[in-house]
Amino acid sequence: MAVMRYREALNAALREEMQRDPNVLLMGEDIGVFNGAFKVTAGLLDEFGEKRVRDTPISENTIVGMGVGAAMTGLRPVVELMTINFSLLAMDQIVNHAASIRYMFGGQVKVPMVVRMPQGAGHQLGPTHSHSWEALFLHVPGLLVAAPTTAADAKGLLKSAIRDDNPVVFIEHEYLYGQRGEVPDDDDHTVRFGEAAIRREGSDVTIVGISRMALTAFRAARTLSDEHAIEADVIDPRTLRPLDLDTILASVRKTNRCVIVEEGWPHGGVGANLAALIQEQAFDDLDAPIQRVTGADVPMPYSKPLEQIAFPHEPQVVDAVLATFRDRVS
Amino acid sequence: MAERVAQPAELARLPEPGVAREWLAAMMLIRRFEERAGEMYAKAKVGGFLHLAIGEEATIVGSTRALREQDYLISTYRSHGHTLARGSDPNRVMAELFGRVDGLCKGRGGSMHMFDLDKRFMGGYGIVGGNLPLAAGFALASDYLGRDEVTLCQFGDGASNQGTFGETMNLAALWRLPVVFMVTNNQFGMGTALERHSAVTDLMRKGEGFGVPGMRCDGMDIVDTYNVTSEALRIVREERRPVLVEAVTYRFRGHSMADPEEYRTKEQVDAWRKRDPLAVFGDQLVAAGVLDNDERAAMDHEAIERVDRAVAFADASPHPSPNDLYDDIYVLGDQVRGWYSVDERTPTPHRGEDESAMDRADLPHAAEHAGGTTPKPADDAQRGED
Repeated sequence: MAVMRYREALNAALREEMQRDPNVLLMGEDIGVFNGAFKVTAGLLDEFGEKRVRDTPISENTIVGMGVGAAMTGLRPVVELMTINFSLLAMDQIVNHAASIRYMFGGQVKVPMVVRMPQGAGHQLGPTHSHSWEALFLHVPGLLVAAPTTAADAKGLLKSAIRDDNPVVFIEHEYLYGQRGEVPDDDDHTVRFGEAAIRREGSDVTIVGISRMALTAFRAARTLSDEHAIEADVIDPRTLRPLDLDTILASVRKTNRCVIVEEGWPHGGVGANLAALIQEQAFDDLDAPIQRVTGADVPMPYSKPLEQIAFPHEPQVVDAVLATFRDRVS
Repeated sequence: MAERVAQPAELARLPEPGVAREWLAAMMLIRRFEERAGEMYAKAKVGGFLHLAIGEEATIVGSTRALREQDYLISTYRSHGHTLARGSDPNRVMAELFGRVDGLCKGRGGSMHMFDLDKRFMGGYGIVGGNLPLAAGFALASDYLGRDEVTLCQFGDGASNQGTFGETMNLAALWRLPVVFMVTNNQFGMGTALERHSAVTDLMRKGEGFGVPGMRCDGMDIVDTYNVTSEALRIVREERRPVLVEAVTYRFRGHSMADPEEYRTKEQVDAWRKRDPLAVFGDQLVAAGVLDNDERAAMDHEAIERVDRAVAFADASPHPSPNDLYDDIYVLGDQVRGWYSVDERTPTPHRGEDESAMDRADLPHAAEHAGGTTPKPADDAQRGED
């Protein structure tokens, strides 16, 4: 095991996959000479050259679209978008093209590409650089969606994403980039999509945390144990398409309570979707309504105090868990 | 016979007789195919939107004949002609219009989304301007892999106003990608005339600011279209830089079948119809002694019969099975074995999970459809009352 930052784990994944497969190439704004807005691609231009590490103009839709075309004809492009907000400029190519092409052309081609993008609030970047939009991509059949929380998962999932034959939306997190974690030394360390991680085991309540919120959920679970004698299962789905619903259902059937924590907006969110799936299949196992802890239903404000209350923190998760005990179904 | 004595200038610019006959036959096939497609649409055999390329045959055949087998062609939602010109089986193109399993795309794409990988016809696309970045991507792959391929990307005058136009021109020029962009200027973006939608109506110049030089061809003249496209392809291959070609043409029919054509005059349509590319080229071949009128009529008859066979084939082809609904969304394998979803037709909501490993007959919905008991709207209403 080596201890490295999340961004270094991503960098290692890119390097190893580029070494492994000559048809893997990187495209994105300022990923080369500038080493990436968040330094995820640091050093890769020097190592692999301009043919494989391509600085692009600021043309998100076309960069992604070129990736789709190149993927259809033999390459494995990894496209970086500087923030998840900029992905909206590329939504046509991601949804109308990358996700649909295999299906609408009757399976004649595949689109093996990865679109990487960081999300998340907390850096006072205001309403055009701070959102959390797993739900936008979760909505789309044809895409795979990953949202790793730990350095090990960041590396393992990115390697799997690059090797996969489907278009993958790979959602990183600006806060997590600097977080350290243990990462297996093995060059072939991959994490398979569709397998949730159980971060902590407990029998009283299931807390599902997405992206950074898996960490927040984990901290809340420690507080619940220390201060309320409540033991929580903390589940990090790691990928949202495919989703390891079996692991979540097994936990809910054990604990009979569920809280879902996400940084994104509440309406049509990951939690809304997951709550529907859980109640459809485990309604009789629930002792309380499923609780959701989400980002506030506002564009992200710049003001530090406003921004801080616009996305979930540990106390809100603790409160939501306690509510599942108060709101017991008789 | 006097009418068979050609002018020397005309003779000089015509291709070899065999080639010329093949070009005319290809245009005839597209014309007759499109006419029958329109009829089938009126009979409700074809659903959705239907965009016919009648009038644009010289642009389509002239440009695609300049391609080699290994080159890529990508087009728009008006693409039956392109895939036929590339050599797709007319039976399968018509079956796609009919939405049947034997269609090029198994009935998933329909008129706007043809695709034939074997012929390197890389698709019709329903998003105006959405195909330009893809074309640059094909060219990027060709360049990256060191393959001797070029891409011909066709789009309409309306697409030249999309952001992807400027973005793609810039990137293709910047990275010196082997792609010919061909703007098929048929004078209208749907019902909006060129001078009402584009500040620059000289479309061949529209790429210059992005570093893409322009050329123009008479898109009603198959020989000129072939010659100019060939030169553009040569530049792209040899000089490794993109070129924009404007093909000036006209569609004789409406934008789609649902078009009252209130935006143009009958006089304008009639004036362009006098330049009908099939009539003009056919007359040239007769005048040059390549054909006589009987042979010309026989070729046309052959096209009609070929399309008749395509209609019969399409009509006999089955509709896709309801069990095929979820096929080809993902490449399933060890990594992605299935996915959770919700299917209101079944009592089990988590359809899709581990489906690749399951026997299809075990799926509840498969049994339902085998027994022909697909829930009807009435069943849903009943379910709601329960």
